[in-house]
Amino acid sequence: MTTVEEVRGLTDEAPVQRADSGLITWLVIAAFAAACFYFRGDYKWLIAYPDSFVLPFADWFNVMADWFVAVFKPLFRALSWALEWPMVWLRTLLHWLPWPATVAMVVVMAHAAAGWRLALFSTIALAYMVVVGYWDESMNTLALVGVSVPLSVGSGFLIGLLGFKSRIARRVIDPTLDVMQTVPTFAYLVPIMLLFGFGPVVGLVASAIYAIPPMVRNVILALSRVPDEIVESGQMSGCTNRQLLWSVQVPAAKRGIMMGVNQTIMAALSMVIIAAIIGGFADIGWEVLSTMRKAQTGQSLLAGAVIALMAMMMDRISRGFTERSGEVRVQSRANFWQTNRHLSLALGLAAVFVAAAALIPALRTYSDTLVIYPAAAINTAVESFTMKYFDATETLKTWALYYFMLPIRLGLDRVMIPRFWGFAMTPTVAAGYAVLIFILAGAAWRSWNWRPAVGIVIAATVFFFGTMGTPWPAFILVVVVLAYQVSGWHLSLFALLGLLFILIAGIWDRAMLTVYLASAAVFLSFTLGATLGILAATNDRFSAFIRPINDTLQTMPLFVFLIPVIMVFLVGEFSALLAIIMYAIVPSIRYTEFGLRNVDAEVVEAAESMGCTRGQILRQVKLPLALPEIMLGLNQTVMYGLAMLVITALIGTKGLGQLTLESVTKSNFGIGVIAGGGMALIAMITDRIIQAWSNRKKQELGLT
Amino acid sequence: MTSNNTAGGDIKLSCRNLWKVYGKQPEDFFPASNGVVADTHDHTEHIRSSGHIAAACNVSFDVREGEIFIIMGLSGSGKSTVVRCLSRLVEPTAGEVIFDGEDLLKASRTELIEIRRHKMGMVFQHFGLMPHLTVLENVAFPLKVQGIGRDQRFARAQEMLDLVGLEGREAAFPRQLSGGQQQRVGIARSLAVEPAVWFLDEPFSALDPLIRRQMQDEFLRLQKLLHKTIVFITHDFLEALRLADRIAIMKDGEIVQIGSPADVVMQPADDYVTEFTQDVPRVKVITAGDIMSADIAGANGSAAVSVDTTLEKLMPHFSRGMTPVAVAGDDGTVIGQVSAQDVLSALATAENEPP
Repeated sequence: MTTVEEVRGLTDEAPVQRADSGLITWLVIAAFAAACFYFRGDYKWLIAYPDSFVLPFADWFNVMADWFVAVFKPLFRALSWALEWPMVWLRTLLHWLPWPATVAMVVVMAHAAAGWRLALFSTIALAYMVVVGYWDESMNTLALVGVSVPLSVGSGFLIGLLGFKSRIARRVIDPTLDVMQTVPTFAYLVPIMLLFGFGPVVGLVASAIYAIPPMVRNVILALSRVPDEIVESGQMSGCTNRQLLWSVQVPAAKRGIMMGVNQTIMAALSMVIIAAIIGGFADIGWEVLSTMRKAQTGQSLLAGAVIALMAMMMDRISRGFTERSGEVRVQSRANFWQTNRHLSLALGLAAVFVAAAALIPALRTYSDTLVIYPAAAINTAVESFTMKYFDATETLKTWALYYFMLPIRLGLDRVMIPRFWGFAMTPTVAAGYAVLIFILAGAAWRSWNWRPAVGIVIAATVFFFGTMGTPWPAFILVVVVLAYQVSGWHLSLFALLGLLFILIAGIWDRAMLTVYLASAAVFLSFTLGATLGILAATNDRFSAFIRPINDTLQTMPLFVFLIPVIMVFLVGEFSALLAIIMYAIVPSIRYTEFGLRNVDAEVVEAAESMGCTRGQILRQVKLPLALPEIMLGLNQTVMYGLAMLVITALIGTKGLGQLTLESVTKSNFGIGVIAGGGMALIAMITDRIIQAWSNRKKQELGLT
Repeated sequence: MTSNNTAGGDIKLSCRNLWKVYGKQPEDFFPASNGVVADTHDHTEHIRSSGHIAAACNVSFDVREGEIFIIMGLSGSGKSTVVRCLSRLVEPTAGEVIFDGEDLLKASRTELIEIRRHKMGMVFQHFGLMPHLTVLENVAFPLKVQGIGRDQRFARAQEMLDLVGLEGREAAFPRQLSGGQQQRVGIARSLAVEPAVWFLDEPFSALDPLIRRQMQDEFLRLQKLLHKTIVFITHDFLEALRLADRIAIMKDGEIVQIGSPADVVMQPADDYVTEFTQDVPRVKVITAGDIMSADIAGANGSAAVSVDTTLEKLMPHFSRGMTPVAVAGDDGTVIGQVSAQDVLSALATAENEPP
């Protein structure tokens, strides 16, 4: 057994004086894991948790849900009816307004937010929607966002205020937000569907709820960051509590609150688009989804571009207003219309276009004959491209599959066959692998300490046996002990209960499929992202080049990422992997660059004054000091990766994401809860472990 | 402005017409890269009016072997920029930095790294210690980057820690030490490579007044032992007077005066310097050497005082009589004398200029 050899090798070399209790614990775990691997042939339950021990959580949840729906359905249906009206009004208004009027108003708003460049960008973006013929669909989406954003902003602000004022409320709010932000987006849809029925209002409610957490978080953060001195000066001026809040704290926290609004808008938009999977109503998300399902890549690209442009526009306009929120407005004697020039201009232009549209029908409805819809041309181009490079793309896919993804999933043990590797997994090869890992771990031990060595051994073991071939007792034990060592029994208990839930609910296999694809994608995103981040930290031009790309990638609703990858690589795990990487790489780049650039300048200068070369400064000073921040980037990459992983279920990935998607299509609440809950648990356990590690490291380095 | 009580060695380090300008096109102001301009003030005005920031303007001075040269100025006066230009941590825009007779600005990157590794040491205001390394590893770090083996560099680092009185704290991390102790580590680290010149950038400014005083004494003790060539930056005029062989006072990027502490106190170059000297207790600054006359006749040779005796210590000698007091040089031979008249006139001219 490879593991046994590896571990034994490690023990032999271990100098007694350098071993501590942590290491001894890991040696015990290694022995336990080795036993699990050794007996896994004889006792199948070590790998596959027996079905007879699965508790039917899903059914129980369904019973509860049935009761709840039966009792409260009328209430929610009434709410649904009440919510439908403002949406219908807004939609009617947006359809009634001639398109040039709407364009003019948005462009003037963009100018007010961030000047000419954004106004020009908005003009082009809106013109694209008109010319391609997606104006009505875009307006439908806008109507949804237009109603859900005020809802989320309003309720988010109130909840945030409550959380800021009351410690007890915080104890409820914080964990709720954690769960809401880690549960896969699809999982929101089932309960809302059950309570609110079908139709556009489900998308509205889902997006309104989904978009609340960023608002709450930003409000709490912004209010608690108002400097004490400002609050005290307000108190000394004799403010009542109410005056203190509304005339001191809220204005002082305005910028942070506006950031919350920006994030809320983006979250609402992305959810509106995802909600299309439960039956859109001619909005742009539905257009993308339905064309994607029909494999009409050209069409979905054209529609996806609308979403992308809309996201960029909304993001930049709201961010522009956030930036401006700090500006002091000069009091003048001019009247309302003169002070609010942009508003007067927008309304004036709109009136002009409404009047003009009465005379010129082309201004009211953009004529179909003028629509330019190059879907067919794009399809032909893509087809000829894929035909031409078919061999190359196939090779790339096969290569990634056999040398990277399958080993992680099934293990080298089973994947290494002569057809692809040129040789089989003989005992000699296994021994060679063990020696190689032993040398690597030894080197890591020599240059740092035993911790990275243990990490290498664990990674190598998983790579050898595969995530699917790893016995669950060993997996759980490793995670629980890790949680204990970085944070304490609190976290380790949480990890234990979470993993046991996944096991007993009977979704262990699915969860391992998720872990497999997530770790493959995270590994690639992080390696590539950290490298790019290092480059960006050392090269200002590269940093300036990559920043707008990162901004754009981060504002895209997740759907959009699927389009380009399936155009070239068709549906499947490889496409999913690429889509995840495109999205999840961003935080790795950003945090790495941020961490490296924010290392105490004096420490860097000290190193430089001693005659360190640039490489020495990077390796021996900047990287060790930026490590906690880089790990936070890894954490975000994991979170982004898991969020995207759910979406990639649409293009055929397996695992918990797929199960969540199934729960939506079958409207099965119980399955939605266990699948979504399982996903959230995986995310939360990973998140807590990495954050705890990073915080401890920061404390050790005295960086907090 | 002469200074007659300095260690008068050869010139070790000097800068000539040094300029540092920040902005879009700083080089455009210096067609000749040696930084020589007709009028410093006009040129500076020209630079500033065109949206550039002039941090150091036509700065020239020499630092002699073994002397403590202090650059004193308020924040924003350009003193930190100047000291960084001397090691090219900040790249000067124009001018020359001559170190051991070579123009440092012509050195390649590799040569510069070699010079920094072996000939320069620097102490920073906020210590600049590596938080991820222990005290011992911090002090050994400059040796590590040179590629010196583990045992050898730790032995050397241990010696330095003993020198600054930190034995026993080798395994601690910087955050576990007090500010004064952290700066001792900084000092030990900067001395580990036995540098020829020692830069100290406001080394004691971040410390409490009492600790600062201790560290100043410690610094003087070390200098007696090591005889380094030192460029020391401070914003504290009293600290400058206390430690310096010579002081350069900077304002708005320009040097307004260079001289010994007594020179500066007794003959301030302009109103700006005068303002600093106003609250200085002159009896603690001016020394016998500053005011003595070379005439040695009639002095009481048996009760000679040394050249660095301050007036405060000198005055009791006149309490019983007006006989001039003899002044002895470092080797003990009498080289001059001070009369009560000399003392009084030094204090009178310095305190109140006659109207």
